[in-house]
Amino acid sequence: MNTKFLFLKMILAVNLLSGLAVSSHAKLNVVATTPDFGAIAREIGGDDLVQVNVLAKPTEDPHFVDPKPSYIVKLSKADILIEGGAELEMGWMPPLIDGARNSKIALGKPGRVLCAEGLALLEVPAILDRSMGDIHALGNPHFMTDPMNARQTAKRICDTFSALDQEHSAAYRQRLEDFNKRLNEKMQTWKKQMEPFKGKSLVAYHNSWPYFAKCFGVKIELFLEPKPGIPPTPAHLVEVISTMKQENIGIIIVEPYQNRKTAETVAEKTNATIVEFSQYPGGVKGTEVGYIELIDYLVNTLVTALSKERLAEEHKP
Amino acid sequence: MKTLLYCLLMIPALWAVCSCSAAGDEATTNTLEELKQLRLRMDALEKKIAEDKQGPPVMTLGRAGSAYMNVSFDILFNAGWSSTPDAKEIEPGCHDPSQRGFSIRNAELALDGAVDPYFKAFADVVFMTDFEDTTDLELEEAYALTTSLPYGLQIKPGRFFVEFGRQNTQHPHSWDFVDQPLVLNRMFGEDGLRQNGMRLSWLVPTPNYTEIMLGMFNGQGGDAYSFRYLGEDDEEGFRRMYGHATTSRSIKGMGDFLYVPRIASSFDLTDVQTLVLGASAAVGPNDTGDDTRTLIYGLDTFWKWKSSHAEGGWPFVTWQTEILARNFEAGADEEAGLPSETLRDWGLYSQVQWGFMRPWSAGLRGEYVTGNNSASAEANEERATTTRVSPNVTWYPSEFSKIRLQYNHDWREYAQNADAVWLQLEFMLGAHAAHKF
Repeated sequence: MNTKFLFLKMILAVNLLSGLAVSSHAKLNVVATTPDFGAIAREIGGDDLVQVNVLAKPTEDPHFVDPKPSYIVKLSKADILIEGGAELEMGWMPPLIDGARNSKIALGKPGRVLCAEGLALLEVPAILDRSMGDIHALGNPHFMTDPMNARQTAKRICDTFSALDQEHSAAYRQRLEDFNKRLNEKMQTWKKQMEPFKGKSLVAYHNSWPYFAKCFGVKIELFLEPKPGIPPTPAHLVEVISTMKQENIGIIIVEPYQNRKTAETVAEKTNATIVEFSQYPGGVKGTEVGYIELIDYLVNTLVTALSKERLAEEHKP
Repeated sequence: MKTLLYCLLMIPALWAVCSCSAAGDEATTNTLEELKQLRLRMDALEKKIAEDKQGPPVMTLGRAGSAYMNVSFDILFNAGWSSTPDAKEIEPGCHDPSQRGFSIRNAELALDGAVDPYFKAFADVVFMTDFEDTTDLELEEAYALTTSLPYGLQIKPGRFFVEFGRQNTQHPHSWDFVDQPLVLNRMFGEDGLRQNGMRLSWLVPTPNYTEIMLGMFNGQGGDAYSFRYLGEDDEEGFRRMYGHATTSRSIKGMGDFLYVPRIASSFDLTDVQTLVLGASAAVGPNDTGDDTRTLIYGLDTFWKWKSSHAEGGWPFVTWQTEILARNFEAGADEEAGLPSETLRDWGLYSQVQWGFMRPWSAGLRGEYVTGNNSASAEANEERATTTRVSPNVTWYPSEFSKIRLQYNHDWREYAQNADAVWLQLEFMLGAHAAHKF
């Protein structure tokens, strides 16, 4: 009886182990820190060839994500880690990487992708001083709001996938081509849509939109936060309201995790419209599908709001 | 007359020659000047072309996070009052506010970074001012972490806070309250359980996070309070631990080290709630007898909810509980008339932090610690039953500073109830490594 059970246990064990060892066509295991990289990884990789896990939620503040232990598990199994590399994630990624013990995603390895590498970042501070708020030493880290940076990122990701999974590199390159084709077509449309509003000034809650502004020709230089990362103060909001009235700024950009009430107070006093933006696919409804869909939504929403504002002005007595 | 005429003629001639050559000089100078200007313009244009290609020259020195090492200095400054004239009577932790008035009990210089592709390291030095305004200085932690061992293994050699429970490893500036929980003070002493040694950890390949650790340490000195610690001087200058005389035991074999096993698991209950459960034990010899040993065991839980639309991390709720128990075998002390006995102590704390609105949070902690009766009256006094409740409120001007106001009320077994009010300020300079969850 005893030996029979032992034998059974051994068979079970062997089955389990072999089940663990041999997986059906191993997909590339990709972890992305934020949903923008995740969306592009999914498009270039495809559901059949890569499995993408995203750590930060599209609706939460990406500076302050909790380094949950479950993320350690995800990172320990990753073949590739895609992160911004512009210090946006430095408040929460390091303990996760320490705990993950995964040499495949160590700095310098092909499996570690720092998307900011090779990009020209805006707003690199000449002086590092915290009295200026929570500034990032390498520059403004929200570079993915410019589709041209997304193009570079997509290429980086494609190169990484191809290098680590040479068997399917043709598929990745094809998907990159498709992505670029779609993006280029859309860029023409977006630029045309935004053309009539070149030079227009907008207000944002936080300084996460300089790349978007540069790409589409608008000015986003006034913020509800007095300094980056410092919550809006009553004194500063008074200044913002007066500037908005002086310069006739009628749009306030707010992201899903930012204090809506504060923005609404300012909007009320200045007769401005609040436009819901997000840096991440899935941050606002209708943008879940992917990166291009997100930018499409942003441009359309902004254009609608700006057109309305223009109409209202033209019909002013 | 001729000479005079000759001279007179010379003057205009000279003047003509001078002005010609001057004009010539001027022409040359002009040309030279023009050439110089052209060259300057060309240089400027070439520079601009180069710049446009690669962006303006940037010089950022000492960039946080991208330098070889993070350096930070984190200061905790206390101001407050206790109903007991000696605040240390109710605030026994060495990083707790220590006196009526002002105190700095934790000014921490921390360094961390990658050593090479194989190790990360962390070290910190702590400064504390005491009642006589002298400064104590300690090498608090100095350890390395392997980064690329296979099979999910990691080794941590050095000097560090032992991984028992949750709070023992946390530095005071990341605590949710201004003082050390009473039960941790009872079991681990005023500084926490902190030793030289090594810890092996295994990230178990389960779908949810599970980590198993085993640490091996010297287990001696004041920071191994319940283990090979000779205790305090009595009136005659003999060192005693819980009334029992102590003798220094040397390490005779592997069994004389302090062993600390731990297992911790984490569960994402929902998208916005995480639960971490842990169990730990610490076992090793103590100095009250030839083969007396101490066993401490504990359970810890940590639950966090954070809004899916959290701004800067707000709003959130955390709930942390630790319960510990200790069996301390005390050897017979014939001179003092004490038999060999086992001192049993246990206690717990449970604390909630509610980040209700950025940048404020409110907290409440309840604690209880008690012990069985000992033959030593001294031991009973030291191990008195205490219950404490501590509400507090914290304001975070930024992630680098905080101002906390806390009130403690103690119910004590052998003394009057006590109160304390503390205001604590934290300010942090530089780049500090991000904290674990």
